[in-house]
Amino acid sequence: MTTHHAKAASPASAGGAAPGPRVPRQRSASGAAVEARRLERRSRRYRWDVRFSPYAFISPFFLFFAAFGLFPLLYTGWASLHQVSLSHPNDMEWVGLGNFTRLWNDEFFWDALRNTFTIGVLSTVPQLAMALGLAHLLNYRMRGSMLFRVAMLAPYATSVAAAAMVFSMLYGRDYGAVNWALGLVGIDAVDWQSGQWSSQFAVSSIVIWRWTGYNTLIYLAAMQAVPGDLYESASLDGASRWQQFRHVTLPSLRPTILFTVVVSTIGATQLFGEPMLFGGGDANGGAGGQFQTLGLYLYEMGWFNRHLGRASAIAWTMFLLLIVIGLVYWALSRWVSRSGGEEG
Amino acid sequence: MRTIDSVKAGAGPGVAVGARGGRRRGWRGASGAGRQLHAGWPTYLVLGVFTVGSLYPLVWQVFAASHTTARLAETTPPFWFGDRLVENLGSAWGDANMSRAVVNTVFVAGTVTLSTVVFATLAGFAFAKLRFRAKNVLLTAVIGTMMVPPQLTVVPMFMAVAELGWTDHLQAVILPMMVSAFGVFFMRQYLAQALPGELVEAARVDGANSLRIVWHVVFPAARPAMAVLGMLTFVMAWNEFFWPIIALTQQNPTVQVALTNLGRGYVQDQGVVMAGALIATLPLLLVFVVFGRQIVGGIMNGALKG
Repeated sequence: MTTHHAKAASPASAGGAAPGPRVPRQRSASGAAVEARRLERRSRRYRWDVRFSPYAFISPFFLFFAAFGLFPLLYTGWASLHQVSLSHPNDMEWVGLGNFTRLWNDEFFWDALRNTFTIGVLSTVPQLAMALGLAHLLNYRMRGSMLFRVAMLAPYATSVAAAAMVFSMLYGRDYGAVNWALGLVGIDAVDWQSGQWSSQFAVSSIVIWRWTGYNTLIYLAAMQAVPGDLYESASLDGASRWQQFRHVTLPSLRPTILFTVVVSTIGATQLFGEPMLFGGGDANGGAGGQFQTLGLYLYEMGWFNRHLGRASAIAWTMFLLLIVIGLVYWALSRWVSRSGGEEG
Repeated sequence: MRTIDSVKAGAGPGVAVGARGGRRRGWRGASGAGRQLHAGWPTYLVLGVFTVGSLYPLVWQVFAASHTTARLAETTPPFWFGDRLVENLGSAWGDANMSRAVVNTVFVAGTVTLSTVVFATLAGFAFAKLRFRAKNVLLTAVIGTMMVPPQLTVVPMFMAVAELGWTDHLQAVILPMMVSAFGVFFMRQYLAQALPGELVEAARVDGANSLRIVWHVVFPAARPAMAVLGMLTFVMAWNEFFWPIIALTQQNPTVQVALTNLGRGYVQDQGVVMAGALIATLPLLLVFVVFGRQIVGGIMNGALKG
């Protein structure tokens, strides 16, 4: 896009002359007309540039999203109204809401929904609570603070697959390190895979391990943005560390906490890789489906049971669930910001 | 006023306050609140316990990767390195197709990183510094797209891949990851404060068109944030899991696909399985050891406006 520059700089060479001393451009009346037209063209180009280049710059994002986000999203909705087999994905047979009514009467679906909820709570609540506490500690003046931060973020760089495989060995019934450690303090070996609560606890612990450090950093960033004089005046008033945390830090962090709760909830709703690889790569989420999540059930329905239409119906149910959750949080955030404003 | 630069330069907490740059540089204005309090030994103890907890599974992975299956099936788990590390890594590299997987994943993650960073910088610049109609609506739309879960796109994408015969072709996993809403937002937040509007105006007055401005003004100003976004994107692309295990098979896998097959009992030897997991983890851990500070700084700075 340097063309107009080149043209403007050397009209002589455009006319075929060798690049030499510059030829004065405005010699005759016709030359002035050429110049006026050139300026006109240039300013038109400038206006076009200013008006349209912003759209050109943002268009790659929207084009890719349209192709790989929006269109598939809508087409999944369309497919959920059809019977589609994995072997012949392009033969679609209209069944209306049939896939959804089957889902409604499908006990595996309700189990998966319940498991998604309980694993979501088991993983999100301790994770965010610990992250908040750790961020508070990291916010003290100390040595090696960066070392702690990097170390706690290391699990974030570990892939779901690797983490789940390591943890499923650590949680092994007969030779796992966890049961060995429990044995040291006299607790009987736990069959982490087959129990309802034990397996859900184990799957949740993988999520907690991977994400606590990340959320700690987000809370820490928010804590460092709290104006220091708030703490100074609090300590002048004789507030203890705990009171400062309770009455200065927590209220200032409310928007950030809400943000992390939203992100973690979205992540928990989609949980897939951890339960799958904890179960040795099977999609059934344990022999009795005791840790099968919605994401895993979708995968089993589509790629093991080969019903893409019903898998689409699960996907859209998840989407509707996310929208409901989003609305709840939106209402909550309005309430939080309003009550925050009253206090402060 | 800590910028990524000052984090990289190793400025301790609070040291760099106000020392670097003008008002416009960097993301954060406030100094560390509550930093007047010194940490006591209980703080170090708790943080130490969590650090060990964070690192132990990674270290244990190396222990496990260096033993035979027979050793791993003893009642007492290994607490130190065995002597089978090289053999196990070799088996994982050869038998389990990890060599091919690593090459593929470097290509996929590299391409995805490059395109994400460039497109995110362009869009972030437009949202931060240019004026156009419906800007706020469009920015909200970008953020809203983060709500669309991957589960909602896999069925049609699988149908398309089957129709095009792209199963096992790497473009099937690259194309859907070429842009990132998080990246656009991240670059917008950075450029809104790090790039002075006068600089853009001055370049315009000098007759530069928008592409020249991007090349000569925006990219240099955005470089620290582009580097951080690049690292975060590389980590995400390397670890991408759900769509690749649908679109690719063991014939032409990415690391995560090959690893999933290992986890499914494709190889019986547990030491080799852990060696495969180690191969999948190690490159990113190396990135972390070298650039840990910048990644930490990037997440913290990016988070603030989230």
